[in-house]
Amino acid sequence: MNAAQLTAPAPDPLLYLDGVSVVFDGFKALNALSLIIDPGELRAIIGPNGAGKTTMMDVITGKTRPTEGVVRFRDHDLTKLDEASIANLGIGRKFQKPTMFDKLTVFENLELALKAPRGPLACLRWVLGGGDRARIEQTLEEVGLASRAHDLAGVLSHGQRQWLEIGMLLMQDPELLLVDEPVAGMTDQETEHTAALLVRIAGRRSVVVVEHDLEFVRALGSKVTVLCEGSMLSEGSIDHVQNDPRVIEVYLGR
Amino acid sequence: MSATLASPAPSGFGRMTLRLVLIGAVLILALLPVLNQMPTDSALHVSDFVVTVCGKWITYAVLALAIDLAWGYAGILSLGHGAFFALGGYAMGMHLMRLIGPRGVYGHPVLPDFMVFLGYQELPWYWLGFDHFPFAILMAMAVPGLLALVVGYLAFRSRITGVYLSIITQAMTYALMLAFFRNDMGFGGNNGFTDFKELLGMPLNTPNARSVLFYASLALLLGALWLCSAVTRSKLGRVLVAIRDAESRVRFLGYDVTQHKLFVFVLSAVLAGLAGALYVPQVGIINPGEFSPANSIEAVIWVAVGGRGTLLGALLGAFSVNALKTWLTTVAPDLWLFALGGLFVAVTLFLPRGLIGLFTKAPK
Ligand SMILES: Nc1ncnc2c1ncn2[C@@H]1O[C@H](COP(=O)(O)OP(=O)(O)OP(=O)(O)O)[C@@H](O)[C@H]1O
Ligand SMILES: [Mg+2]
Repeated sequence: MNAAQLTAPAPDPLLYLDGVSVVFDGFKALNALSLIIDPGELRAIIGPNGAGKTTMMDVITGKTRPTEGVVRFRDHDLTKLDEASIANLGIGRKFQKPTMFDKLTVFENLELALKAPRGPLACLRWVLGGGDRARIEQTLEEVGLASRAHDLAGVLSHGQRQWLEIGMLLMQDPELLLVDEPVAGMTDQETEHTAALLVRIAGRRSVVVVEHDLEFVRALGSKVTVLCEGSMLSEGSIDHVQNDPRVIEVYLGR
Repeated sequence: MSATLASPAPSGFGRMTLRLVLIGAVLILALLPVLNQMPTDSALHVSDFVVTVCGKWITYAVLALAIDLAWGYAGILSLGHGAFFALGGYAMGMHLMRLIGPRGVYGHPVLPDFMVFLGYQELPWYWLGFDHFPFAILMAMAVPGLLALVVGYLAFRSRITGVYLSIITQAMTYALMLAFFRNDMGFGGNNGFTDFKELLGMPLNTPNARSVLFYASLALLLGALWLCSAVTRSKLGRVLVAIRDAESRVRFLGYDVTQHKLFVFVLSAVLAGLAGALYVPQVGIINPGEFSPANSIEAVIWVAVGGRGTLLGALLGAFSVNALKTWLTTVAPDLWLFALGGLFVAVTLFLPRGLIGLFTKAPK
């Protein structure tokens, strides 16, 4: 093995944020944030309330335009694209506050998320094929909602809404999954199940998880990024960041 | 498969029963022109007035369906749908004017009376082609459709929703009303078009013409109902409901919301235009008053009263509110606007799901 191979550059990053700032009325929600996510990587992001974790996802998904900085997905400049185009590039998102379509059934919510042509005419002509049905049913099993398939999403409990949104994310089959606080409102057992699920998805897909639950983050066994006041405070293994004095001061020590 | 995919069906009263009631209502309607031909002293005889009025209500019901498709499903509350209806009506009116030919008061072989009166030397270019029936029908769909495309594109692309969209559509119909009031527009100014003579070779105001127009309206209504229910039962219908309830979430799933809204808004405008085209020969007149903002608001109230987002509720609302109007404007014309306002408030407060909600159980 020669030296050139040993120092071979990392694969091209899937997601690349550099110097990203977001200013709301003079308040810097993100402050020169840089972040690189590799293909297949699982990354946990932690940080105190108001650190800018959700704002970072807003910037990546086109909901919020950065005041300055570079946001790239493969070779696409995400700051120039709208939400739908970004989603169609292969970026799926689970929102912190689970959001779905309450007047549609669980099954129909998954059907809308299912990867398929998105235009009005395609939707008008759409017929649910056997393969699609099988995929939806498999996801229903995965997220434990098989018995609720034909209930309206509006009647689900908070925990079940979390699961439905995770299910919708799976149906989209995105290349990058942005998962904002998935285990809030879940039982310990469900939390474990979610961690195992995300670990399984990563590898084939890149997954970025924001979570406050450190037990859960530990179970992910991934690299951890600590955000604080809109920029990166620390990065490394969970043990590394938990022993980082700066992290203890602003976050863990509270 | 259909059972799992159908959106929450009205249960309780039963989907089957509802369907039977609908079929019954259509059959009774379809009988009216036949009963009209019965001898006048027969107990079953139905007057010309009833046939014409029901024919008119049927076109209103199509307008209500069009509004329900856009508002009830996609959440686009247009307060300007009367404009699409009126434009369709004007397209048919232009055809009817051309068919008058030399039978006008001035006896000009080509120019309608009002043009002769205003000193036109020749037919304006935009009147060309309207002597052909298919062209007039095409325009009755294309003009409202194009207007909806342009207004919708500008509004939806800029993410104008809710009350702002309502105001824009209301302004649209108001602007058109002012424009059509002008004599130099070439559409007969405030008198509009009237004194029609014939359509498709049938002299108007004959039992035959009345029946044909009545059945054409009924066919349009059934066709529109079929089309709207095909849209609302498809995945597109579920995307529209999703847009209505959580527009931004739909975008994050990768749907181009502007395209979906435009599709349904244009389709809705085309249906309204066709309804207007069948309305005009039955009432025998079209004038700029049809663009009045109040007309559009009234049509939205039909849908609200009947129950939005159900299609059948729109039909129920259009027929029942107009029946009330026809009755009230003969017994106490001054009360109508108060009654309409009161009805709207009462339904909003006490029957949030509209009249149709009396017959169907709320989805769980
Ligand atoms: N649209 C907005 N307008 C103004 N301020 C905003 C907006 N969105 C977020 N903020 C502010 O930006 C800061 C970062 O918010 P963000 O939601 O990104 O934090 P977070 O790290 O996700 O916190 P949490 O753990 O509570 O979810 C907060 O102070 C928030 O109040
Ligand atoms: Mg957050």
